[in-house]
Amino acid sequence: MADFEVPEITKEYTSVPAVKEGTMAHSLPFISKLEFNEPLGYPGELVDNWKEVVISKLKELSGKYRSLKVFLDSCIKCGACTDKCHYFLGTQDPKNMPVARQDLLRQVYRYYHTFTGRLFAKLGIPGFVGARELTKEVIDEWFVYFHQCSQCRRCSVYCPIGIDTAEISMAAREILDQIGVGHKYCNQIIEKAGRLGNNLGLPKPALADTLEGLEEEIEDDTGVAVKMPLDVKGADILLVTPSADFFAEPHVDGLMGYAKVFHEAGISWTMSSYAAEAGNFGMFIGSYENMRNLSLRIREAAIELGVKRIVFGECGHAWRVAYSFLNTLAGPFDFLDPNYPVPQHICEFTYDMIQKGELKFDKSQNDHMTLTFHDSCNVARASRMGDQPGGQFKIPRAVIQAACNNFVDMPSDTIGEATFCCGGGGGLLTDELMEVRVKGALPRATALKSVTENHGVTHMAAICAICKSQFTKVLPYYGFTMDQIVSVHQLVGDAIVLSDAPKDDEEPDETDAA
Amino acid sequence: MSALSVFYTILFYLAATIFVVGLAYRIIGYAKTPAPLKIPTTPAPTTKTGVVFRLFTEVALFNSLFKATKWTWVFGWMFHLSLLLAFFRHLRYVLSPDSVFWPFINNWLVLFAGQYGGFLMLIGLAGLFGRRIFVDRVRYISAPSDYLMLILIFTIAATGMLMSFVEHTDIVQLKAFVLGLFTFSPQDLPDDLLLQTHLALVAALMIIFPVSKLLHAPGIFFSPTRNQVDNPREHRHIVEWAAKLEADRK
Repeated sequence: MADFEVPEITKEYTSVPAVKEGTMAHSLPFISKLEFNEPLGYPGELVDNWKEVVISKLKELSGKYRSLKVFLDSCIKCGACTDKCHYFLGTQDPKNMPVARQDLLRQVYRYYHTFTGRLFAKLGIPGFVGARELTKEVIDEWFVYFHQCSQCRRCSVYCPIGIDTAEISMAAREILDQIGVGHKYCNQIIEKAGRLGNNLGLPKPALADTLEGLEEEIEDDTGVAVKMPLDVKGADILLVTPSADFFAEPHVDGLMGYAKVFHEAGISWTMSSYAAEAGNFGMFIGSYENMRNLSLRIREAAIELGVKRIVFGECGHAWRVAYSFLNTLAGPFDFLDPNYPVPQHICEFTYDMIQKGELKFDKSQNDHMTLTFHDSCNVARASRMGDQPGGQFKIPRAVIQAACNNFVDMPSDTIGEATFCCGGGGGLLTDELMEVRVKGALPRATALKSVTENHGVTHMAAICAICKSQFTKVLPYYGFTMDQIVSVHQLVGDAIVLSDAPKDDEEPDETDAA
Repeated sequence: MSALSVFYTILFYLAATIFVVGLAYRIIGYAKTPAPLKIPTTPAPTTKTGVVFRLFTEVALFNSLFKATKWTWVFGWMFHLSLLLAFFRHLRYVLSPDSVFWPFINNWLVLFAGQYGGFLMLIGLAGLFGRRIFVDRVRYISAPSDYLMLILIFTIAATGMLMSFVEHTDIVQLKAFVLGLFTFSPQDLPDDLLLQTHLALVAALMIIFPVSKLLHAPGIFFSPTRNQVDNPREHRHIVEWAAKLEADRK
C-alpha cells in the first residue's frame, strides 16, 4: 500500500524510540510557483540575494514577535520536549525533536545576531556554542523539516520556559516564502481563498447547488425541510465553516448536523459565499498579513449580511484563528450582538441549546457505535470554548454524550492538553507528504487501538476538517477503516429529534434533553 | 594591596557591570518587543491573577517540566532550589550585621540549608550532566557549551563546598574585600587558591549570563505562552505595527 515502511503499533502508546538520523531527510514538499506566490506578496522563485534576505528577515521578525525573540534566546536544551512530537515518535528522525527543529533556525540566529555566536564564528568554532553559518544546505533543511511540523504546540505544554515550536516554524516558513521557497499546497490554497472566498475555489453557483442537494437529502431522510441558507441578508447568525464541510466525508454529515441544530433552535442563519471558509492557511505560513486579509472577508461578510452573531463550524486551526486572533485581525466586532461571544464555536452553540433544553435527542440512533473523541490540537492548546479554562475539552464531550449512549475516552496522556496531532495539520495535508503524515499519526493510532481493543470503541469523533480528512486517509494504514471517523455534529444530526417531523414517525423510545 | 587583589577588584567591577547592563538591555529588549497575537498555551488563566499563579507554579515548581519528564524535573528543580539556598547563605558575606535583613539570613535554618544544599546542587548538576551523556535524544541536541555550562557551575559549587566543609578561608578578610567593593574602597582578597578559583568562575558566570542560554531566567517571565491572559474574545489585543495595517480598512 505504501512505498515506505508503516510503523508498527506497539502496546505502549508512549514508548520512545531511539534516535535514527536522517530517516525523513528525503521528505520534500512541492515548491510553490509565481502564480500562487505573487498575490501573497512573495517572489516566484529563489531570489539571488537570498542570504541577505534571510538574515535581515530573521532580525526583523525577532523585533516584531516577542515570542520569537524570547524563544530563540531562552532554550536551555533540557530535552523535555524531545519525546513529545508525534513526528519524532513516528519517524525517529532527531531533527523532528522540537528543540532540534527549532535549532535549525536558532543556529543561524546565533551565528548572525548574537554576540556569542559572532564571537565563536570569528574564532572558527561556531558549533561550540550552537551557531551555524547560513548556506543553501541550511535552507534545504528548513524546507524539509519545517514542513514536518504541524504547529500543534504539544511541545509547548511541556517546555519549562513555554517555548512553542509552532512560533519558530511559522517564522521559518515566512522567511522561506520571502526568498521564494514557499510550500505549494499552502500558497495555492491561500491564493484561492483570497480570490474566491474558500480553499476549494468553489464559485457561488456551485456552492448554492451543493447546499440545495444537501437540503433535499435531509428532507428525504427526515421529511423536514431543513434549510441551508446562503447569502441571506438579515439572518441572525453567520455560519463560517471549513469548505471541506461542503463535500468531504464525514465533514458533510457534520454540516447537515449544524443545519438541524439551527433549525431546531429556531434561529435564522446563513452562510456567505464571500466568506465560505473558516480555515485560514495564512497562519500556517506565519504571515500576519495573509492571515489578516482572509479574516477581513469574514468581517466584511458579517457587515454586508447584517448578521448579529458569528458561529464557526468544526475546524481546529480555524478555531484558533477565530477564537484567539479574529478580534485582533478583524475586530472590533462592536456591530454584533454584545450578548454573545464573537465568534462562537458550533459546539458552544449546540451546548447552550442543550443546556436550555431546546434540543431533544434519540440517543439510540447512535447505539450501533461506541465513540471516543480526538481533541484537535489547535482547539486543545490554542483556544477555548465556554467561559472556563478547559471548556474546549468538556463541551464537545458533553455534546457527544447528549447524542450518544456509548462514549469512552482514550488514555489520559493522549487527550486534553496532551492530545496527539492527527499528523496532517499545519499545512501538511497534501499527498507528497504522505509518509510523514502516516508516520505522524502513529501515536494517535496507537491510542485509538488501545480503546478499540480494551473498550470496544468503534468510532472516533473529531471537530476538525483537517483531522477528519487526515484520519480517513491514514488510519487505514494502521488497519482501521475510513468510516470509523465521524463528525461530532454528525452524531448530533443523527440523534436530534426534529419537532416538526411527520407524525407517522415512530415515537423515539428514549429522549434525553441533558 | 597585592596585584592579585587589584585584578579581582577590577574583574568584579567588570563582571557586575556586564551582568547588570547586559541583563537590563535584554530585559528592556524583551519588554519592548511587541507580542502581536494572543498565544497562551491553553487551558490558560482568564485573569491576571491567574497568570501570576501560573507563572509562580512555573518558576517555583517547574510545573511544565514536571509534566514532561520526572528525572529532568528532579535534577533541575534540586539544582535551582539549592541555588536559592546558596544565595541566601552568601548574603552573610555582603550584608552588614547592622542591616535589618541580618536576622533573616543569620539563623541556623539559612546557614544549615545553604551549606548542605550544596550536596543537592552537586547531585542535581551531575544528574543533568548524566542525562546529556546517556540519553541519546539529549546528547543529540547538546553543544559543547551546554556541557561546559554544567561543568562551570559544578566547579563553582565544588570549590564553595570545599571551603565550607574542608579548608575554611579567611571569612573576615573576604567580607572586608566584598564590602570594599560596595563602598569603593578596595581591600585585599585572602590569599587562597580555592577562594580565588571560586570567585573567578563566579565572575565568568556573571559575564556569560546575558549572552547565553542563562537568559532563560528572565525569558520565562516574557514567554507569551505562559504570561498572557486567555481573553481574546473579551478584549481586543492589538499592537502598534499591526494597528498601522488598519489604515486601509473600511
